[in-house]
Amino acid sequence: MIKQLFPNANWNELWIASYETLYMTIISLVGTFVLGILLGLLLYLTTKNGIWENKILHVIVSATVNILRAIPFIILIILLLPFTDFLVGSIRGPNAALPALIIGAAPFYGRLVEVSLREVDKGVIEAASAMGAKTRTIIFKVLLPESMPGLVSNLTVTGIALIGYTAIAGVIGAGGLGDFAYYYGFQRRATDVVFICTVLIVLIVFIFQFTGDWITNKLDKR
Amino acid sequence: MISIRGLTKIYHTKLNQIKAVDDLDLDVKKGEIFGVIGYSGAGKSTFIRLMNRLENPTSGKIMIDEEEITALSKDQLRVSRQGIGMIFQHFNLLWSRTVHENIAFPLEIAGVPKAERIKRVDELIDLVGLSGRGDAYPSQLSGGQKQRVGIARALANNPKVLLCDEATSALDPETTDSILNLLVDINQKLGLTIILITHEMHVIRKICHRVAVMEAGKVVEQGDVLDVFLHPKLPVTKRFVEQVMGDREQDDALDKITQSYTTGKVVRLHFVGEITNQAIISTVAKQFDVQANILQGKITQTQKGAYGTLFVHFDGEESEIQKAIDFITSTSVKVEVGLHD
Repeated sequence: MIKQLFPNANWNELWIASYETLYMTIISLVGTFVLGILLGLLLYLTTKNGIWENKILHVIVSATVNILRAIPFIILIILLLPFTDFLVGSIRGPNAALPALIIGAAPFYGRLVEVSLREVDKGVIEAASAMGAKTRTIIFKVLLPESMPGLVSNLTVTGIALIGYTAIAGVIGAGGLGDFAYYYGFQRRATDVVFICTVLIVLIVFIFQFTGDWITNKLDKR
Repeated sequence: MISIRGLTKIYHTKLNQIKAVDDLDLDVKKGEIFGVIGYSGAGKSTFIRLMNRLENPTSGKIMIDEEEITALSKDQLRVSRQGIGMIFQHFNLLWSRTVHENIAFPLEIAGVPKAERIKRVDELIDLVGLSGRGDAYPSQLSGGQKQRVGIARALANNPKVLLCDEATSALDPETTDSILNLLVDINQKLGLTIILITHEMHVIRKICHRVAVMEAGKVVEQGDVLDVFLHPKLPVTKRFVEQVMGDREQDDALDKITQSYTTGKVVRLHFVGEITNQAIISTVAKQFDVQANILQGKITQTQKGAYGTLFVHFDGEESEIQKAIDFITSTSVKVEVGLHD
């Protein structure tokens, strides 16, 4: 029955492609989380009247973030090819997609982190400094925990965007479901494979959204 | 204990500069509850934030317990702040932490070991009357309970001073009273010096020993709460006293009330201090052959005794009424007699 509906499907290869998509998304999501939090904190702390108010640094970080966000992802991948080659030693395969994925998603996430941090009640930060807290304490015990639901739900949004990015990265041979659909579907006209890949990607997106929402709800005590 | 000299804070805006606090001198004694009252914009909020340098003063000196707060470096200030508790109008609790964890926060900052922290937090939870709510999150608490957490948190490191920034302004009257009682309780139990700012004279009346009235960045009047209630000098102070006593209406009324009684005399009695606790009206009614009819009045308790006025109509023989009035005059109660035209 399934064989008749999807004559061109090679389930073993589809499984490997799904694994590659998940691998790329999760690893780059971890990288994006770390780099994005760093960027978001820098943007938040160096802003006017911020804890580390620093106009020059703020302008530099802000401009970098804006420029990286302005470059369409497919072009970013091509621009980063020499850098990827230097870093990973190859420009093909799932690992080669990671630098572009992280550099593409981290600035986006960084901006969302900045917004989440700005929503932390100023009074609470003030209360912490009135208790004699160091900036480090304020970052790790006030700013990040208090904005955690926002950080997680924004990470969910970013993760889903990343799943889309991995499909684009497939075009330059990164592997994964996007690559698979492009190769079998577009080049060999196997529409059934494109359909299966779509269903699998949608499924992954749903799982991400569900998990993200669940964690956000668990964390949110407001 | 606390001495403030020439404290000034100037904010610069694009067009001009605003003196939020203007050359302020103030002394607060150890173990005292000192109130600062003023309308919004009077500079009282800036003043209390200067006390622990949440705002840095433009000039002036603040000494707390022999330590010159205004001369401390950033690192020294951080340590010093652990000895200055602060509570806020909007409580400023961390919603991501339970009651227990919120109270433990200043202890974490001070580097208190975990076992000791737990013990201390349990003590504090009992002290502020939140036993059993340790695992609740702030969102599960009422406003009054949140402020109790705020107070426990402020007391965690055994501070020398407690700063209260409009601590009851977001609470309903009943909750306000219970929080004020808690502050008095803590003041007596721990001998803690408390500085509070408010725009409600009710708060000053109920718990403060001394009060300073602020207007346009300056302290325009200060003294013992009872004195200020009795002899408010400036219009702004009078208005605050009226908040509690509603005096102005009664001022108009004394002669008006007198007009409506053709016999006897209408008198206004000013009660000051402890005498209020004695049954002066019933004594008069028993000792002299007069009818005493209380028309209206208001008596209120301050930390240093009661204060208030009563309008009483005495009826009977002219000479008996005069004797009764003479008797009251001989006590600490002041008598004013209403006149017919």
